[in-house]
Amino acid sequence: MRTFLAVVSFSLLTVGFFAAYSNYGIPQIEPAPPPEVEELDLAAMSMDEFVALGARLYQGRGTCTLCHTELGGRAPLLEEAAAVAAERIADERYQGEADDAAGYLYESMVAPSAYVVAGFGKSGTGDTVSPMPNMATGSVGLSEPEIRAIVAFLQDLGGFEVTVEIPTEAVEEAPEEAGEPRPPFATPEEAIAEFACGACHKLAGEEGELGPDLTSIGARRAKDDLRRAILQPNADIAEGFEPDLMPDDYGEQLYAVELEMLVDYLAGLKGP
Amino acid sequence: MRTAPTTSKRLRRAALIALAAVLLVVGLGLTGADIAGFGPGTALAQDVADAPAYRPAPQPGPGDYPRVAGVNSRVVVWLAAQLHLWFAAFVLAVPIFVLIIEAIGMATRDERYDKMAYEFIKVSITAYSLTAILGGFLLISLIVFYPDLMGYLAGIFKDSMFYYALMFFVESACLYLYYYGWHWLQGGFRKWVHLTIGLMLNAAGTTLMFLANAWLTFMMSPDGVDIAGALTGGVWEAMHNHLWNPINLHRFIANIAFGGSIVGAYAAYKFLSASSDAEKAHYDWMGYNANFIAISALLPLPFAGYYLAAEIYAYSQQMGITLMGGIFAWLFIIQAVLIGTLFLSANYYLWCGMGRSDGAARYNKYVKYLAVVIIGAFLVWFTPHTLVLTNEELKALGGPYHKYLGPLGIMPAKNTAVNVMILFTSLSFLMYRRANKIATVSWARAGNAAQAALFSAGILNLLFLGIYHGYFTNTAYKVAASVPQVLTTLIIIIASNVLDSFIYRGARQVAPLHWGRIPDRAQYALFLLAVAFTWLMGLMGYIRSGIRQHWHVVGIMRDNSPEAYTPTLGYAANVVSLGTILFMAMVIFVFWLSQLGAVRTDAAGFWKERGA
Repeated sequence: MRTFLAVVSFSLLTVGFFAAYSNYGIPQIEPAPPPEVEELDLAAMSMDEFVALGARLYQGRGTCTLCHTELGGRAPLLEEAAAVAAERIADERYQGEADDAAGYLYESMVAPSAYVVAGFGKSGTGDTVSPMPNMATGSVGLSEPEIRAIVAFLQDLGGFEVTVEIPTEAVEEAPEEAGEPRPPFATPEEAIAEFACGACHKLAGEEGELGPDLTSIGARRAKDDLRRAILQPNADIAEGFEPDLMPDDYGEQLYAVELEMLVDYLAGLKGP
Repeated sequence: MRTAPTTSKRLRRAALIALAAVLLVVGLGLTGADIAGFGPGTALAQDVADAPAYRPAPQPGPGDYPRVAGVNSRVVVWLAAQLHLWFAAFVLAVPIFVLIIEAIGMATRDERYDKMAYEFIKVSITAYSLTAILGGFLLISLIVFYPDLMGYLAGIFKDSMFYYALMFFVESACLYLYYYGWHWLQGGFRKWVHLTIGLMLNAAGTTLMFLANAWLTFMMSPDGVDIAGALTGGVWEAMHNHLWNPINLHRFIANIAFGGSIVGAYAAYKFLSASSDAEKAHYDWMGYNANFIAISALLPLPFAGYYLAAEIYAYSQQMGITLMGGIFAWLFIIQAVLIGTLFLSANYYLWCGMGRSDGAARYNKYVKYLAVVIIGAFLVWFTPHTLVLTNEELKALGGPYHKYLGPLGIMPAKNTAVNVMILFTSLSFLMYRRANKIATVSWARAGNAAQAALFSAGILNLLFLGIYHGYFTNTAYKVAASVPQVLTTLIIIIASNVLDSFIYRGARQVAPLHWGRIPDRAQYALFLLAVAFTWLMGLMGYIRSGIRQHWHVVGIMRDNSPEAYTPTLGYAANVVSLGTILFMAMVIFVFWLSQLGAVRTDAAGFWKERGA
């Protein structure tokens, strides 16, 4: 027992030492919280503010300075990036489609391998593949206005005229539209029209023939069966009809309240 | 007389079946992709291509992460995964070196090896069910707390997950046959059958690990999917992602080192509790071999680690910088303390072990120099590059870097230090091996001079490469020295051991080795090795997972759970410490269970007496 206690005490002391060193022997840096997408009011933004936004992204969420810095030497410095753009575009190694400095800078962020500065390519690729990720995707995931803001910043950084334009509202609104949830449908008819159920089913005045006639479905099926038929259309195929025709993602497309509304509506269809 | 040939025939048939099963298992391991329809050339692959498009990765919101009884889901999954991995590493590693030791015993006809191999596998057998239980707990925790992530991963890896489950049956069958059949399958052809089963066991276990590694490396370096996460290629592409093989290699080697250290701790405990000299001698020998296994795997481990880190950089420079230059950089200073502990305790054990032979006195005077160099190399590795300073401290220091110590903080200095540390550890081992012998070959003097020249040239080369590339070349090429440095170290280790084996061929034994003649404090070096290994594995497991930051699957599926932030290193260290203590408690329980089978209680008077 004495040996056991000695060994356990020794082991606990060792663990304690490692834990204490990690807590008190090294600085406790509180890492930044996960980045959040900045709400951009582009319509009210001046060019100076747009350049300042680019600077913030360049030094912050864009993580550009991790590599484009004198300390690391992992990627070329960008003070002169706008100045050398024309020269790069004319270089025979250039693989991109840009025809001006703004286009070149934009392209260098979304397709970095279009032109790889000598000595900075992935090893073994002969400077044809850039180690830089696409800034529009992946863990950085900058939006188009944000990438343009960085282009504006880089042009300004080199002392050049900022030629990139602040994106129009259409560009700005697109991601917002995609990200914003739609309001729920008020009536079952609205949902049926939106999802074009009548294209395949005889329903709500439509004469679709690819799926079963639903005009009297409430007389033949219970609510649970109807709910399942919407959520898992291939679970039970009505005789004479093909499987895999009806989309199987209505469970994700419909809100719960809409699903129940549709089930109630269909259950109420008892025929003439 | 008639039963013998029948049994022999039966055994031969069994061996053939076993061999066929090995081929099947290895085949499943190597070509499982094709069997599962992953391969590009199969008809099934065509089916995959024709199949309806896969769904993109879900994007769960903060409300899509179930909460159960107020527990911190990240910590639960973290601990469950880490405990499962510790046990899995142990039960995967032990059969690897048990098979090797058994084969050595068979080749040398030295039964001691066979007995030791059996004792090793006996230690791991009870841990096997605990590994499975912890795996089940991890799976349930993941399904409960991260349903969207698990649904997405299962959608992509359903085939390999199914084969993973099937492979468990193969592994279990092999393990039980291997363990329970140990004494049955002894001698001649039966031993071959037993070794074959051991090989099957290892093939199944390694395949299991590779399959699971594919899932976790997919989360780090996803492949075969579009930017929305929908599978576009075959499942094989998703499995064979950029970091799969680097992780496979690193884990394979690390598991052996870890398994050796745990068995070493077991032997050390048995040594300290031994009541007879014979028992002490046995467990001393077992501890020495376990330490040898751990150190043999520890020496190439930093190289596998560099390969993994280089591939992380190659996959994503941003991820690489987060790993080595960002918020996790300080973690490598903790790692330096841990690895320094490992090297120092392993060397200390070897130096103490030299006391087993009176002939070792010749080498004792060199030990202090070895210790100074190893500690010096450890301190270089331990030196941080930048320091977090107040303005006053910054002014006093004249900048963020220390005038003299600052240059030691960069990677070339650390690469040089670790290579020197490895070389001197191998030198300790050479000295230990020579302790009880005197070379009798005529060219022994020249051989020794060649050994000295080899080490001197190697160390000079390491220093030149480190200093030249570290301080006289462009920043981008600072780590270019690492590959030639690794090659230098490997060449010296291999060449010096080969040369030594020739020098000491037919050597005269000046003083026999007295197994059991080692101080008790040396056993504590083995405990230190085991605890440091366990803690280090937990820490590096955290960083491997942590560099994904706020992503479940990097760049594809964002982690929006309330815990999707990187904790401080102190917090992470506390979770790792808690896990280590839980693991140690479970291991003690497992070791205790493995002894319980031999304990018998005389319950006289309890049972009804039966008349004759």
